[in-house]
Amino acid sequence: MQIYVILLVLLGLTAVAYRAGRQRSVQVAGGVSRFRDMHSLPSYYGMYTALWCGLPALIVIAIWMAVQPTIIVDLLVQDLPPEMQQLPRPELELVINDIKNIAAGNNMVSGENSEALKRAAAHYQSLQETSRAAMGVLALSLAIFGGALAWRRISPKMRARNRVEGIVLGILALSSTIAIFTTVGIVLSVFFESMRFFQSVPFFDFVFGLEWSPQIAIRSDQVGSSGAFGMVPLFAGTMLISFIAMVVAVPIGLMSAIYLAEYAGPRVRAWAKPMLEVLAGIPTVVYGFFAALTVAPFVRDLGASLGLEVSSESALAAGLVMGIMIIPFVSSLSDDVINAVPQSLRDGSYALGATKSETVRKVILPAALPGIVGGVLLAVSRAIGETMIVVMAAGLSANLTANPLESVTTVTVQIVTLLVGDQEFDSPKTLAAFALGLMLFLTTLVLNVIALHVVRKYREQYD
Amino acid sequence: MTSPADRKPIDVVRASLKKRYARERRFRFLGQLAVFSGVAFVGILFITIILNGYTAFEQTDIRMDVYFDEQMIDPQGTRDPQVLLQGDYAGLVKAALRKEFPEVRGRRDKRKLYRLISSGASSRLQQMVMDDPGLIGTTQSLWLVADDDVDMLVKGHIDRTLPESERRLNDKVVGWIEKLESEGRVEKRFNTTFFTAGDSREPEMAGIAGAAAGSFYTLLVTLLLSFPIGVAAAVYLEEFAPTNRLTDLIEVNINNLAAVPSIVFGLLGLAVFINFFGLPRSAPLVGGLVLTLMTLPTIIIASRAALKSVPPSIREAALGVGASKMQMVFHHVLPLAMPGMLTGTIIGMAQALGESAPLLMIGMVAFIVDIPGGPTDPSTVLPVQIYLWADSPERAFVEKTSAAIMVLLAFLMTMNALAVVLRKKFERRW
Repeated sequence: MQIYVILLVLLGLTAVAYRAGRQRSVQVAGGVSRFRDMHSLPSYYGMYTALWCGLPALIVIAIWMAVQPTIIVDLLVQDLPPEMQQLPRPELELVINDIKNIAAGNNMVSGENSEALKRAAAHYQSLQETSRAAMGVLALSLAIFGGALAWRRISPKMRARNRVEGIVLGILALSSTIAIFTTVGIVLSVFFESMRFFQSVPFFDFVFGLEWSPQIAIRSDQVGSSGAFGMVPLFAGTMLISFIAMVVAVPIGLMSAIYLAEYAGPRVRAWAKPMLEVLAGIPTVVYGFFAALTVAPFVRDLGASLGLEVSSESALAAGLVMGIMIIPFVSSLSDDVINAVPQSLRDGSYALGATKSETVRKVILPAALPGIVGGVLLAVSRAIGETMIVVMAAGLSANLTANPLESVTTVTVQIVTLLVGDQEFDSPKTLAAFALGLMLFLTTLVLNVIALHVVRKYREQYD
Repeated sequence: MTSPADRKPIDVVRASLKKRYARERRFRFLGQLAVFSGVAFVGILFITIILNGYTAFEQTDIRMDVYFDEQMIDPQGTRDPQVLLQGDYAGLVKAALRKEFPEVRGRRDKRKLYRLISSGASSRLQQMVMDDPGLIGTTQSLWLVADDDVDMLVKGHIDRTLPESERRLNDKVVGWIEKLESEGRVEKRFNTTFFTAGDSREPEMAGIAGAAAGSFYTLLVTLLLSFPIGVAAAVYLEEFAPTNRLTDLIEVNINNLAAVPSIVFGLLGLAVFINFFGLPRSAPLVGGLVLTLMTLPTIIIASRAALKSVPPSIREAALGVGASKMQMVFHHVLPLAMPGMLTGTIIGMAQALGESAPLLMIGMVAFIVDIPGGPTDPSTVLPVQIYLWADSPERAFVEKTSAAIMVLLAFLMTMNALAVVLRKKFERRW
């Protein structure tokens, strides 16, 4: 909890620095009445001092927190008894974990709770305390030093406003680059784990393999010990469910967008549009529950009454509910596109004697087609990445089938099942999830790039 | 009969009119059908959830005359809190049940009898004695929480007319419950446990308080990070950024991130925050970080739209009276754009509140009984709690799940309504 204290003290120091800087600027100017001699307003001198007080200290704290764990662990290993230091890497990590557990006060230890471990835990605790104390002292003295330096430099010639604005601009620019860092982070994290996966499972076996059964044998003579990591059945399942979803969502979404844009009076629009948008605001876990509890049994019973054998985790149920989820997505994107078609096109069509539906089908839809296609592509990308509905309503067994009444599994379902629960981070099973994540990311990325490009092109056409 | 050559174009048109109007009506009807089915889906969804869940707000209680036997709580009579803590409170409940049904013999039947009252009742008795040791030696008439099977029977989710072999409770147990009912000892009362307790394996003792607290801390972290960063990024991109490759790249990135599947953000969180930086698993802190990255695009896009809607005349006027560019933005443009930014932020937060897939990746699916006290305590969030309960086999968890969904939807609706009100109230046409 000491870190909160340090941050609070730092906050206090920054406030003091602001007041001190402000006062000093007034003093240097020789009173409020003579302030026009100064380059900037008093508050800018205050902010300048405060920034010099707070920023360097914050940066130091951030760096310290980032490197502290590794350094402490290194120090800890150096002080362990030699026979422990000789342990191979994984076992050594286990020992370190035990030491951390003891230090944190819970005595859940994998091996025996030896005297050496206890001593190491005490050592670990003292190292941590020393490190935190050192960080506090360094950060706070840096804050005082920086503040004092800035305070001394206040003079009528100093362009405090320009400097403060420069720093603020830097912070703003830095914030905007977070988007890049996120993308880079996603790519790197998924990519490197995937590379490690491809070291144990060949890339082409993964991409073109027709079988998926991610068990890894504990003993070599176990039955069914060879895990198979072929992603084709998973992508086939994903495509099947997404296709069913699109069959539901595109006609309903598109037709309701057309009706609301071209036919409905303002009153119908006023209540029907928000009603449809409610569907977009419902969390996906709710749809998943709805699919598993209501729709799947309904589909199964309906199939049974027709003499069909329907799995209780059928692709149809998951796809139907996913389609409902995507309706507002399709309808609001189509609505934008249809409204962007210029009125002159409609007027021209009516003037030739076309009915409303003829105008819609022969004039508006062709004109809006690129935009609608873009919207549908975005919806497909969303269906492919959707997780909770399929986790709760689709199956786990990887069937390579096109029959919507059977149970299939999807990429996202497998990622969740591979990663939820206890896991080792090195087994191909866990790494396979990252490889699937990479494929998912790439697929949706390509779809999104195409869709955004199409939509943007379309917008420019009528601007 | 006139020959085709004599027909004027107007006749051809007239002849086809009927067909064309019919087609027009069909098309119109299809449109109405589409809108209607969309609205009907909303209706069906809400009705199923409410019908399944409204009973969870009530809980069956059974009135028992519990004798606080000194022999079972504190045989030495020391009244030492340590001793009181160790007392056999489950035994008190059992004794009360035995007194009520003296005719029950045999170990099997007795065990069934003891299962009428929830195992959580004993901790309530313990709490009562800890608060007031004077209770020892007295007999109190108390409403104790019934077991979930009893609860289901009383609420009618277990059909009493079914043959015994297809029912979870056999005829003997149903007979006991009916006897209690005829004595007025069974009552449905408002379920406070649901709002004050953490998760539990026993449906009647499970509540959403732990998940709600987890959601609160997660959203707090998300809000504290995503709002300032999002607004700063939007201000930079809209007001200061030069048009060059870098800003173009940033824009493409933001638009793409808005459409990346949420589960991929979970993978990022697992690989970067947990494995690389070593932050604790299952903590709202990590959940908040992941959700921040996820909601940032939404907030940035909304904030940029809000900044765009501020007319250039405001900027020119500010610059005209000698404000610097930074002063112009922070003193004049930003306050005018703030309502739009807040609306976007609330919508982003609502998204984050309903999100569960990335949180599964970073271990917020653990079974956690305690209510978290801070952003680094292990916890779960409301949507994940719903997912966990939906997976539980007990019938009583179905209504708990639906009730939790109702609570979650209520929060989401409030947030969205707030966004709408904010937009209506502060929206300005220039």
